[in-house]
Amino acid sequence: MNVLLILIPVSVFLGGLGLLACIWTLRHGQYEDLEGDAARILLDEKQEDRTAKPEKDG
Amino acid sequence: MTVLASPAACPACVSGAATAAVAADAAGHVLHLALPSIHCAGCIAGVERALAGAPGVRAARVNLGRRRVRIVTDPDIGADPALRALSAAGFEAHELDNAALGPAGDTDGRRLLARVAVAGFAMMNVMALSVAVWSGAGEATRALFHWVSAAIALPALAFAAQPFFASAWGALRAARLNMDVPIALAIALAAATSLHETLFEAGADTWFDAALALTFFLLAGRYLDHRARAAARSAAAELTALEMPRAVRLEDGARRSVGVADLRPGDRIALAPGARIPVDGVTEGSATIDRSALTGEADPVRIDADGIICAGEVVLGAPLVVRATARAEDSTLRRLAALVEIAETGRHRYTGLADRAARLYAPLVHGLAAMALIGWWVATGDLHRAIAVATATLIITCPCALGLAVPAVTASLTGRLFRQGVLLKSETALERLAEIDCVLLDKTGTLTTGALTLPKLEEAHARVALALAQGSAHPAARAIADALADRDPAPVTSLREVPGEGVHGLWDGAPVFLGRGETGTELRLPDRRIPLPLEETLRPGAADMVADLKALGCEVRMVSGDSTVRAGALAACLGIARIHANIRPEGKAALVESLRASGQRVLMVGDGLNDTAALAAAHASLAPATALDAARVASDGVLLSGDLGAVATTLRIARMAHRRIRQNLGIAAGYNAIAIPIALAGFATPLAAAAAMSASSLCVVTNAVRR
Repeated sequence: MNVLLILIPVSVFLGGLGLLACIWTLRHGQYEDLEGDAARILLDEKQEDRTAKPEKDG
Repeated sequence: MTVLASPAACPACVSGAATAAVAADAAGHVLHLALPSIHCAGCIAGVERALAGAPGVRAARVNLGRRRVRIVTDPDIGADPALRALSAAGFEAHELDNAALGPAGDTDGRRLLARVAVAGFAMMNVMALSVAVWSGAGEATRALFHWVSAAIALPALAFAAQPFFASAWGALRAARLNMDVPIALAIALAAATSLHETLFEAGADTWFDAALALTFFLLAGRYLDHRARAAARSAAAELTALEMPRAVRLEDGARRSVGVADLRPGDRIALAPGARIPVDGVTEGSATIDRSALTGEADPVRIDADGIICAGEVVLGAPLVVRATARAEDSTLRRLAALVEIAETGRHRYTGLADRAARLYAPLVHGLAAMALIGWWVATGDLHRAIAVATATLIITCPCALGLAVPAVTASLTGRLFRQGVLLKSETALERLAEIDCVLLDKTGTLTTGALTLPKLEEAHARVALALAQGSAHPAARAIADALADRDPAPVTSLREVPGEGVHGLWDGAPVFLGRGETGTELRLPDRRIPLPLEETLRPGAADMVADLKALGCEVRMVSGDSTVRAGALAACLGIARIHANIRPEGKAALVESLRASGQRVLMVGDGLNDTAALAAAHASLAPATALDAARVASDGVLLSGDLGAVATTLRIARMAHRRIRQNLGIAAGYNAIAIPIALAGFATPLAAAAAMSASSLCVVTNAVRR
């Protein structure tokens, strides 16, 4: 069962990576406009040029 | 919890662009524009392309969900270039007041979501480890898994379960019981006994997974509920932000647009017809003003030069110059708004169904757990065993379904109302609306749109009436002129106004007259007399709403500051039997109070400042979107659509919410009725707890979201 000593840290690490990714999306305001983001996928790349990053402030 | 945006986490995202945008924000001005008409990907592209070409606009980002765009402009150019570019591209756009919008980023929601993420991560990891333990891992593996679970669960719980501990502590300190008390106790006890088992390997079960699953489910329910209300609140804040508080100040003959907050006593302010007066002041020259927002009178009032006017009144007829006598924050409007805030706190005493259920539930479950502890200890003499059984009782009856019963329903139905244009801002509004049995409707501005309409006139006669009406500044003449404004005046000559009588003139050489007749205002033509009674325009859906409300079993009453005759005529045509006319603002609140004293739950629907006290005092209140800011603040909800049918719809959905909440509480109670005996008998295992908790939560949530 020594394999557990490797597998458990690996699984916790991978889960933690997912958590960090989730918190990263949160801090970048990616849940501010779910409807808009769903629509934006239909836009051409070129039109995205001048758009600012999602806001953090008011 | 500091996680930095490292490019490694998402190489696809251009972090350079983000930095550039932040730098631009620092130097430029951030503005928000409302875009009520956008609805698709094409609109996003169109708006952003139009703004990209606008001079001085550095960046633009559309938020489709909120129908808004955030732009960064060069300093001090204002929103005008952007507004012009958008209107040229065919998009309706309005500037929003940043101060009224408040911090747009929903900080509370984001923090809740972070807690949900942490609880979810920890729950899944611990659950994976627990499955191995439940399927019969060896002694050493089991101990190892318990240690790993504890290492994950304890910090996760310390972070994620904070809202429950904070709320439970707040309730206990005020000597009350709410739903968070049993939740917090179950989480804390589960964590403590599991830690004890882990440290001393005493051989009993650990409950880390149950504590985390409980936290995760409840946080998710709470987040969805918060999200639904945050959307409604943000839309309501936008209504306030749309009323850009700017005024035109006259400075040595020059006109300058300034913020209302910058106005000082002594400033001269130019007001266009139709403008709302921003601060208290005195008029230079005579004017006709609409006081209906403050007093409820439908008739315009005429005031002379140096007359006193109050913030919130509307200028009719001609442009007007006003000398300010007070600053905006000292003006009547704001003072009344502040009173409303004080009155509103009274409503926070309302106890929701969830808390009432908790008052029954918590003593029962805690009593049973205590009995289990004592019973098992006395019966077996084994304290360790007794504590294990008591903990199992607390956790398996843990109020997961009970805790979700209310937020799941309110989130789902607040969202449904939001899509129908009803913004509910208050947490307990749905529950209070469900109890309504008497509806009090304000007349001016709520049942009517405030605009006056004339009876149908032949085109030629209408043009004569318009020409004559334009010859007078009398409020009635003004109102007639406004109602006929889309026509061209007829060539009427020799206009002569006789005070107290009316306007005389010559049309095609024949005398014509508009003014006081035997029965009211009338138009006298050479060959005939046409009475011109001014009628108030009913809002669409008003009559249907009254019928619907009666069908729902509500008593419908009308309240108005207007005369009995006028109010009575309108009430008769709507089918409202009880009217209260000539009521002053204090009278409206007193009326609400007396109805409450007679045992009725009153819903007040009103729009003016004269309604705010009554709105705040009523059991529940709604305001149309056209209402004054203070009235919207005082009410539980705002009706975005002009159609009054939404009032009946809101009551119907609120009653449905009430039924669903009761069903959910029933489901949770039924589940507990099965689980409690099993736990008391000492048969509850963590596996059974996990299965039962998930199953009951799913039942409750499914019941909440079904059509």
